[in-house]
Amino acid sequence: MMELFRALSAWTVPALLMSIPLIAMARGVRVYEVFCEGAKEGLEIAVRILPYLIAMFVALGVFRASSALDFVLGLVTPAAKLLGIPAEVVPLALIRPLSGSGSLGILADLLAQHGPDSLVGLIASTMQGSTETTFYVLTVYFGSVGVVKARHSVAVGLLADFVSFAASVLAVYALLT
Amino acid sequence: MNLIWTAMLVISVAFALLQGEGGAQAITQGVIDGAENAVVFAFGLVGILGFWCGILKVAEAAGFTSFLARLLSPLVRRLFPSIPPDDPANASILMAITVNLLGLGNAATPLGLKAMQELSRLNRGKDVASDAMCTFLAISTSGVTLLPATVIALRAAAGSAQPAAVVGTTLIATVIATAAALLADRAARRWGRPR
Repeated sequence: MMELFRALSAWTVPALLMSIPLIAMARGVRVYEVFCEGAKEGLEIAVRILPYLIAMFVALGVFRASSALDFVLGLVTPAAKLLGIPAEVVPLALIRPLSGSGSLGILADLLAQHGPDSLVGLIASTMQGSTETTFYVLTVYFGSVGVVKARHSVAVGLLADFVSFAASVLAVYALLT
Repeated sequence: MNLIWTAMLVISVAFALLQGEGGAQAITQGVIDGAENAVVFAFGLVGILGFWCGILKVAEAAGFTSFLARLLSPLVRRLFPSIPPDDPANASILMAITVNLLGLGNAATPLGLKAMQELSRLNRGKDVASDAMCTFLAISTSGVTLLPATVIALRAAAGSAQPAAVVGTTLIATVIATAAALLADRAARRWGRPR
């Protein structure tokens, strides 16, 4: 079972790389042009998130440099450790529901600090990928149709975030260590 | 986010004050390092992000998204029993969930908003969320993802030996979280229902 998941993880990207252009071509898609069109959109995303990255990296940079981070982590670490969660991913867990670009910045910073293939890097990557930015989605989706009474949606969204963090930690321990 | 960001800066400087002059230097250096890291990082990201968006655009043009939508349609009918089977809202919801599945983050929001519009029409434009809206939001906020493209790109940019190593763990975590969200949505459905 674990081998299967590892193989799945390792071969997903190569399989997509082969099958998507091949099938698209067979269906008459102008593969090259469409790809370039999409790539252009990707570049726009990268530019669009740069301000958020700067804001987040600088805030995290000073937070760490001033040893404020050590202090906060010192408070949370015992609880996290009790659950087997590396303390470094706690900031990510706190920001993830609030800001997608913010949490992306934290993830990027964690990957740079600890290495993408470290335990911290793997758990953080899984956390980032396995849930959505709850408050952003709620605000934008409900806002767009003038819904002001969200009923139980906020609670459900936050519950999903919490469950996804716990499941991320467990899945990384079970499959990748 | 405004509050969090400002609080981080204020708390940092407060901590630096406690450390005297060394603290001031540490803060200044933190700003310089942070800003530089952000640009270096974004630069590393540009190529791979462009590449993935290109591939996914090809997938969309080839009809992968509508194929997935057809594949998942029985599931959606079960999740949204309040929507008439041949209502256009079904297709909108399917497309939105499908682009989420494929990790097409920036396509997800426009398609999600389209689906919300259809649901709002069924809800007669009321300012109280309908059952279907809550279920759709439960799925959207828990973020079902088959391929976390942005995260893979980030990991590759950070020099990972196996950028896609987290595909399996992400899939497990996202499925569990989405299942929990759907169960909670169903359990909480009775609360605050408009009378």
